[in-house]
Amino acid sequence: MAVASLRRSVLSLNRTLRGSWCQAPDLRPVCVSACQRTPERSSVHARNTFKVTMVPGDGVGPELMRAVREVFKAADVPVEFEEIHISEVHNMASEEKLDQLFTSVRNNGVAIKGKINNPMAYKGDLASYEMKLRRKLDLFANVVHVTSLPGYSTRHNSLDLVIIREQTEGEYSSLEHESVKGVIESLKIITREKSHRIAKFAFDYATKKGRSKVTAVHKANIMKLGDGLFLQSCAEVAKLYPKIKFENIIIDNCCMQLVRNPYQFDVLVMPNLYGNIIDNLAAGLVGGAGVVPGESYSDEYAVFETGARHPFAQAVGRNIANPTAMLLSAANMLRHLNLDYHSNMVSEAVKRVIKQGKVRTKDLGGYCTTEDFVRAVVNNLGHQSVY
Amino acid sequence: LQRSIESLSYYNCILRVFLYNVPPPAKYGGQHTVTLIPGDGIGPELLNHVREVFRFSCVPVDFEVVNVNSSRADEDDINNAITAIRRNGVALKGNIETNHTMPPSFKSRNNLMRTSLDLYANMMHCQSLPGVQTRHKNIDIIIIRENTEGEYSSLEHESVSGVVESLKIITRLNSLRIADYAFRLAREKGRRRVTAVHKANIMKLGDGLFLQCCREVASGYPDITFDSMIVDNTTMQLVCKPQQFDVMVMPNLYGNVVSNVCAGLVGGPGLVPGANYGRDYAMFETATRNTGKSIANKNIANPTAMLLASCLLLDHLKLHEYATTIRNAILTTMNETRLHTPDIGGQGTTSEVVQSIMNIIQKTGPRTVAYY
Repeated sequence: MAVASLRRSVLSLNRTLRGSWCQAPDLRPVCVSACQRTPERSSVHARNTFKVTMVPGDGVGPELMRAVREVFKAADVPVEFEEIHISEVHNMASEEKLDQLFTSVRNNGVAIKGKINNPMAYKGDLASYEMKLRRKLDLFANVVHVTSLPGYSTRHNSLDLVIIREQTEGEYSSLEHESVKGVIESLKIITREKSHRIAKFAFDYATKKGRSKVTAVHKANIMKLGDGLFLQSCAEVAKLYPKIKFENIIIDNCCMQLVRNPYQFDVLVMPNLYGNIIDNLAAGLVGGAGVVPGESYSDEYAVFETGARHPFAQAVGRNIANPTAMLLSAANMLRHLNLDYHSNMVSEAVKRVIKQGKVRTKDLGGYCTTEDFVRAVVNNLGHQSVY
Repeated sequence: LQRSIESLSYYNCILRVFLYNVPPPAKYGGQHTVTLIPGDGIGPELLNHVREVFRFSCVPVDFEVVNVNSSRADEDDINNAITAIRRNGVALKGNIETNHTMPPSFKSRNNLMRTSLDLYANMMHCQSLPGVQTRHKNIDIIIIRENTEGEYSSLEHESVSGVVESLKIITRLNSLRIADYAFRLAREKGRRRVTAVHKANIMKLGDGLFLQCCREVASGYPDITFDSMIVDNTTMQLVCKPQQFDVMVMPNLYGNVVSNVCAGLVGGPGLVPGANYGRDYAMFETATRNTGKSIANKNIANPTAMLLASCLLLDHLKLHEYATTIRNAILTTMNETRLHTPDIGGQGTTSEVVQSIMNIIQKTGPRTVAYY
């Protein structure tokens, strides 16, 4: 009797634990060799060309994408872009475009995107298009690798920091309501499953790149249950990685330490809002929003974009945006697609141009335009073009 | 009986999730992470070839290399490797050499890995390949071997000087588990007959228990014929008429012997891949687990076994498209191009065989990365 009630409670617990951790073993298939063939992606692509979804977005996004296309063409990169124009402002919001975007990313597996602007006014939907995209594709991890650019000196030089941010829950759950007039409640959601997942991602990333320390950033002294759960999950996952040091730091202290002595950090992992703040802070340390690339990962898909996501609307049409971040992100995308030769070629060219210091856009202190910069990158590619 | 196994293992699973927190597999951005343990002898060079072929065919698998030094007496290296496999869920390994002269407290590294991760079933599929010259043709046998107990329990002691006692352990739970695995596999693959190999006429209680468990599980699968054979008769039948066998299930030591015999029948240790499955983890290696010290770094080892093991790995990760492409390329090289290494009577080198496989993948596969 007691056993039956235990089994019932365990089964209900099992059902609430979403995810494949708790599969009853009799449901698991027997591990067999060569089974039936199941095609992974039904798209037919030309041999040796990779198909990638491209979302130019708003603001300077289209200009940056044009820069990427020019550089890829000059380098003979075997990548074909599938462009999807989507915008939430200017009365262009449409659900069909969003669905089209989802199917496209599902088919191709890799995407490169600019920032899709969120309208400030509340138009009836609390979740912006970008948030919907992240939730639908389950892009739970955002990685921003902050490195100092050789040749461009800032107050902190030779910085090498990785910021990993949980991207689907936390303060960005879009759950807000006004229960009493004049009183708004915003819900911040932290779940054990997602905290485990992002912690494991952070440690796996650290293992893969040979990093030695992972620091969890939190505010568990105030949000004892929420951030406390996040911290506890990180500590549990840390047990599986004895070679990697695990530390934690409160967000206010972390921000201060980042501006005084950023070299003490290696890999940082944190929930959503803190991640947003620290991303932008760290980008500012090495030169601003125009120089830091970022990527988002789910189990199946990878989306490449800039690290600090600003549409930079003031620069539209003025040809002054810095394409470095987008070009470096495109190089990371090529590495993800296993095209190491092209990836190295593009990133080396960009770094060489910045090191030479002759062609710099306005945000790095120069006077050149975006097109000048792109032309300089193309000249520095060092590849025998077929054309 | 089925329900008792299920309920036991179900509660075990729940306990395990709350106590050990088996994490979800490491797959990010479509890329899987697999632990790679190079081992000794020919292991490192063959696994390098596997990595080359994977890179070339754009397989979305990243390898986390964990080196295990077989000459060190402490267990840090192997514990590190086991933790890495617990994290990633899947592993591909070469054989780690076990030195006979070390004291008995020094456990075999391979055995330690299998028992810690509870990889209870070792599966080996022996098939005659048309391109390889052998004395026997049309062999198609699946051998399922219990991987964690039996004679390999590492329990030995010398109670009286000059007298050594080795303990062979057979438990009801493990025997039921392996028999259940064998019958489920047979049903999934559409096989008609399962043969249990034993020596119950001598070890009446030990192998008798194993046989009884197999019979109990067999009663739940009326569409599959079950018979048993004593191990000495089995080995004789294997060398006279191997075509009579379909699926075989057996305890640990007999499994070792019978799997090596079958590997010899189909062409040698360089041709057959093996897989070790547990409830949560899987480990892939060559079937006969040879270190191959004498042919290490001479470019004459046969890469087929390790490459076919990597195809089993891809099937386990549900990347069936890539698995079929690479497997077809290997079989084409073996059967049509007939490029063979010295162990099966040819004159090709390892790198030539791997290059031929990559050329076939480029001609027939979906997309590859060109080398500049």
